Amino acid sequence: MTDEIGRPSVAVWKFASCDGCQLSLLSAEDELLTIAGQIHIAYFLEATREVADGPYDISLVEGSITTPADAERIRRVREVSTTLITIGACATAGGIQALRNFSDMEAFRSLVYAEPRYIDALAESTAIAEHVPVDLELRGCPIETSQLVEVINAILAGRKPVTPTHSVCVECKLQGNVCVTVADGTPCLGPVTQAGCNARCPAFRRGCYGCFGPAESPNTASLASWLTDELAVEHPELVRLFRTFNADAPAFRTQSRRHEPDREEVAT
Amino acid sequence: MYAPEVEAPAAVVLPASGLDDLLTALTGRGYEVRGPTLRDGVVIHDRLTGAQDLPRGVGDEQRPGHYRTTPREDDALFGYAVGPSSAKRALFPPRQPLWSAVSVGDADFEIREADRPSPRVALFGLRPCELAAIAVQDRVLLHGAVPDEVYTANRADLLLIGVECGDPAATCFCSSMATGPGTDQGADLLLTELLGGEHRFLLRAPTAAGQALVADLDTRPATEADLAARDALLEDAAGAMERHLDTDGVHDLLLGNLEHPRWDDIAKRCLACGNCTLVCPTCFCTTVEDTTDLAGTTATRERRWDSCFSLDFTHTGPASVRNTTRARYRQWLTHKLATWIDQFDTSGCVGCGRCITWCPVGIDLTAEVATIKRTSEDPDAPARS
Repeated sequence: MTDEIGRPSVAVWKFASCDGCQLSLLSAEDELLTIAGQIHIAYFLEATREVADGPYDISLVEGSITTPADAERIRRVREVSTTLITIGACATAGGIQALRNFSDMEAFRSLVYAEPRYIDALAESTAIAEHVPVDLELRGCPIETSQLVEVINAILAGRKPVTPTHSVCVECKLQGNVCVTVADGTPCLGPVTQAGCNARCPAFRRGCYGCFGPAESPNTASLASWLTDELAVEHPELVRLFRTFNADAPAFRTQSRRHEPDREEVAT
Repeated sequence: MYAPEVEAPAAVVLPASGLDDLLTALTGRGYEVRGPTLRDGVVIHDRLTGAQDLPRGVGDEQRPGHYRTTPREDDALFGYAVGPSSAKRALFPPRQPLWSAVSVGDADFEIREADRPSPRVALFGLRPCELAAIAVQDRVLLHGAVPDEVYTANRADLLLIGVECGDPAATCFCSSMATGPGTDQGADLLLTELLGGEHRFLLRAPTAAGQALVADLDTRPATEADLAARDALLEDAAGAMERHLDTDGVHDLLLGNLEHPRWDDIAKRCLACGNCTLVCPTCFCTTVEDTTDLAGTTATRERRWDSCFSLDFTHTGPASVRNTTRARYRQWLTHKLATWIDQFDTSGCVGCGRCITWCPVGIDLTAEVATIKRTSEDPDAPARS
């Protein structure tokens, strides 16, 4: 709830993740002091041991759901949060750890851990929105600091945040980047990936690897066909292209599965 | 169109070595010169400091979804077709701050117009299709019902120097749209690069500004042979054009086939990424974005390029009106080739081929129109409006 001087309370929660997205808030160096003056950070273990009780006006949730305990915990977080915003590819699509969704979790458990019986994990890593209603998603691996600041800023001002869901191509063209697929023959997920990164990779003549996940109408089937027919990108590269940080986002998952000739072969 | 101010004087010839003098004459008059130059392996429009910045001996290879520059065996300075950038970037910028609201006192605010630096710009080396695109944008943004302030300001003191096309790309179809490969209008000065024999440029100046520039250069009168060389060049270029768009009846063809199954076929391939609209030299759709500063004392409104391929573009109330890729591609193509004519009395297409080359999956509007025409159940069906 708002504190005695009317500032909204903010909680930052961690689930299965690397903490990189939470750090994006701390690394907003130019804006951090101004933000800190306008919100009441009530729960943010990455930044402070001080904890204030809920309920909270805004909850920022990082990470995916990978254990039965976390599946319960996210429900409690939802109950004590007025606005719940998921931050980063783990929270919005299951993250890199969702690669296990394409394999056998039991096999990993017995191979990796000396005492597998102590490991209580779910078979799949899933996005927060598969468990509780989410008010806004911030994509990226990690999220773009400027987008997080924009969202907090918009909430404080009571306006709609500027977080477009169109393709990365729009950002390339706004900036005058030359298309790496057309001009260099470089496979690029930009046409099917959501904007928000200012087309960082294509600006450095690299193909987009889709860390912001699928754009609003991602025709991944057409892009995959073109990459195969025109640029000779085939298995296993084509599967790997769609199977990274947003591997379990439906539009990417469908394509990587479609171009996987033999699931058993990939699992070994 | 850009009406010639004066009776066009006779053409003159400038040796290729004199091209730098032309650029010097422009910078000497205080113009920031922008023209074709190589960047990231592509010919784009950027700042030119002299003739040495032009792509010398460079050609290009273009096809649907594919662009490469290639070496030429001659020293041509304009031996390529259009690249991804166009005059739109200079005249109708991708991002344009419009105004800010700044709080003053406790309960009041004032509106501040955004600063709009307007350098004196000369656009150099524009192709006839690009000059035609400026003429289309002039109709929409300069002479429309509500002139666009930003475009009008950028257009005011603009000098245009065109270069006719001798070597169209495989994606070009300007001859179908009657915009090229040659032109007599749309620019202050028109150049034709002649490579056979002496490397030289034929200069024609339809405006007083262009004639003043020519007067500063060391030229000689054009001979019959020079003029014949130009005619032959343009004839060869038009003959080399591989792509064609049949504009005869295209308005009624498209509007009479709004439920044609071809739209579904295109939607299976179209990525709805927006590239075609963003590289198009006439597409002018924008959105506005409102942002605030963290202190909560300044709100800023900025205009940026948008695309009819984005869902937000038709978002009204609870949803987007054109919520399928089929609806969005059909909107783009029918507007470009048909309803644009109803609205602005001109086609929205100039035949530059950018939307074909820069489509990441190579969708070719000339092929799509031809297919719809070939398979139309009733090509003479009356247009729906």
